[in-house]
Amino acid sequence: MSSTVLDIQDLTIGLPAGADRSSAVQGMNLALRAGEVTCLIGESGSGKSLAARAVLGLLPGPRVSVTAGRILFEGQDLVSLPEREMAKIRGARIGMIFQEPMTALNPLHRIGRQIEEVFRIHTTLGTAERRGRVVKLLADVHLPDPEKIARSYPHQLSGGQRQRAMIAMALALEPKLLIADEPTTALDVTTQAQILHLIHELQREHGTAVLFITHDFGVVADIADQVAVLQKGVLVEAGPRDAVLNAPQHAYTKALLAAVPRLVVPDRPPATAGLVVLESVDVRKSYAAKGFFARGRSTQALDGVSVQLHRGETLGLVGESGSGKSTLARAMTRLLPIDSGDVILKGEGITHLSTKAMRPYRRMVQMVFQDPYASLDPRQRVVDIISEGPIIHGTPPAEAHTRARRLLGLVGLDPSAADRYPHEFSGGQRQRIGIARALAVEPEVLVADEPVSALDVSVQAQVLELLADIKAELGISMLFVTHDLRVALQICDRIAVMRHGAIVELGPTAEIFASPRHPYTRALFDAVPGAAWSQGAEILTPAE
Amino acid sequence: MRAGLRRFARNRMALAGSVVIFCVFLLTVTAPFLFPQGAFNLAGQPLQPPSLRFPLGTDALGRDVAAGVAEGARTSLLIGISAALSAVLFGAAVGGIAGYYRGPIDLLLMRLTEFFQTIPAFLLAMLLVVILSPSLLSVIIAIAAVSWPGIARLVRGEFVALGGREFILASAGLGASGPRIIFRHLLPNCLSSIIAVGSLLVATAILLETGLAFLGLGDPNIMSWGLQISAGRVSLRSAWWVCTFPGIAILLTVLSINLIGDGLNEALNPRLRKR
Repeated sequence: MSSTVLDIQDLTIGLPAGADRSSAVQGMNLALRAGEVTCLIGESGSGKSLAARAVLGLLPGPRVSVTAGRILFEGQDLVSLPEREMAKIRGARIGMIFQEPMTALNPLHRIGRQIEEVFRIHTTLGTAERRGRVVKLLADVHLPDPEKIARSYPHQLSGGQRQRAMIAMALALEPKLLIADEPTTALDVTTQAQILHLIHELQREHGTAVLFITHDFGVVADIADQVAVLQKGVLVEAGPRDAVLNAPQHAYTKALLAAVPRLVVPDRPPATAGLVVLESVDVRKSYAAKGFFARGRSTQALDGVSVQLHRGETLGLVGESGSGKSTLARAMTRLLPIDSGDVILKGEGITHLSTKAMRPYRRMVQMVFQDPYASLDPRQRVVDIISEGPIIHGTPPAEAHTRARRLLGLVGLDPSAADRYPHEFSGGQRQRIGIARALAVEPEVLVADEPVSALDVSVQAQVLELLADIKAELGISMLFVTHDLRVALQICDRIAVMRHGAIVELGPTAEIFASPRHPYTRALFDAVPGAAWSQGAEILTPAE
Repeated sequence: MRAGLRRFARNRMALAGSVVIFCVFLLTVTAPFLFPQGAFNLAGQPLQPPSLRFPLGTDALGRDVAAGVAEGARTSLLIGISAALSAVLFGAAVGGIAGYYRGPIDLLLMRLTEFFQTIPAFLLAMLLVVILSPSLLSVIIAIAAVSWPGIARLVRGEFVALGGREFILASAGLGASGPRIIFRHLLPNCLSSIIAVGSLLVATAILLETGLAFLGLGDPNIMSWGLQISAGRVSLRSAWWVCTFPGIAILLTVLSINLIGDGLNEALNPRLRKR
């Protein structure tokens, strides 16, 4: 058994008075051994990020601080260490990677210089030697043409490249411990798979202990040796990966695992294909590059996309960021003007209708948005938000309000929610309000743009279930945009895979899953975190 | 908004400013009873120092300085508030239309705004008063005309930032008309910034008014702090009280309004609050 690098003993992190609980982390015990990846998993607000920041001595003090316990790093207690000593350890013997590589890098400095800074602070190496080390590091993280990357600014790199540069920086001084806080959450699945592989490879090579913070069990399945599950600041379960994933002991772990969407096609009756309700014909849309010097360059967001949505079916639009899936969704709801092509709703071309002429068609197609925090007007009461649509379309306000209250019941919220403001609700509840708003005008088509990607897995499962129920009950058709193939398999009848503004493959879900024809589709499936585990034998019965 | 007011109440400086402004308001209301003769009445010997009868002294024409300060307070507040209000309404309309409709209208309105911003504000205000001939209304118009561009830029910026938000898209997706989106969604969401900036505008409007009156461009029939200072400046060495008390009144009023404005800004502006 290898040696313990980090030993967290009875760690408690206090929160200021007035927070929803007294401590962010309560009595946490966790030991990290050299050469092992320990995944700390939990939902938002579980305290997992604060636990990591406590190790780094980067708590947002003075309101949030360690109130009890010890953090032993190579036998030294980090909690009682003065700030100056801590600064010597941070970056040198403990490396860190953050979620958002764009904000973690200084946009005004070249990549090479930022990595060099680590050497300048912690070592006495000469300039030439530092430069050499930087280039070697960038080569180690498999960046193409490391010399050129070193001379680049952060904005000139892609998200994945930036995260590689961050990893190079974190590993510059061969730290004993690497703390990675959701390092792949902001990345596309194919990039995520590469980064996970890279972290794994480097960690094996150098025998680094890794504390990997994530909310995704798929990632855990791919990378973890040890797993620790955090629920509202309490460590409810910890152990080797296979034990935790396949035979969870704690009820919370079981519930979390049950909520993870699997990479399987659930048994469900094939949708009877009805008439075409909503259709795009050869739709093109390009975004002109903004700025004085970049004139003439533009991005082709939609490159002649034709797709048909049939009555009663759920069509999934799957793709990575920048594939044009959200643009297509907005083009088809006419929330975004298109360059050429046609959008046809129930046999009528609606592409060029004026705002006023469009109004009767608006109620037939409704949208559910991704970000539950941005999609509700913060200054309106819930009842006003939901009844806005019917009022616009001529329902008397009193009647619209009564119906809004009834709709709250349909989406699983208490009718008392009607008189409150959006900020009083959680993400999942807000998404339910957003769904109620869309349903209020009794649409025939629901366009859902990543409706669950901002939500925790357990909430995600509930919202997906709600959408499926509504669809079955009201018989509406749904265009479902997602980057998550697992979610798409669960809910969609047909799937359209998008890349670079075009549909590369379109077919029934089961067919796409069983025999993807396009290499890109295959790559997407392979990149799903924990793909093997997700399909694995250990499928748990879903919790009620 | 209610939470914002609570935060405002915790800000001691802002609260002190509110108290001073409240006192100035009281003064304007009670002035007709305290000085029934009015500020232009020749009450006694010229250039008398402060005494029991004339607590702030008299000016070169024998007018009671205290009566002038009290009446001047009314003028300042009246002009300051109505000019700031007109500027806010006009600026918000211009900025709102530019920010919501974008495109050529935006371009046109913003160039117009910039045009107004490039002319020195005080010179433009002077010019307008001269053209319109000095009166209460022309002073208000002139001050409003040089004050609205800031508000227009602010509202446009807020509208553009909010316009891409999903709740605005959702509203458009429901079939909401432009005015509905503007008045129901966009304006309520930038109201707090407008209030904060608008309150600061009152202070600059009062300063502009005083400046105009000092140059003799105010309404000649209405007493104003600027007019008092202008009248007293020749006897500044021999009779300090004529200029000093209106000056103190300007200082206190403008300072208080600035404190209130800062307090409102801090309490209502979410971006400042997080820091």
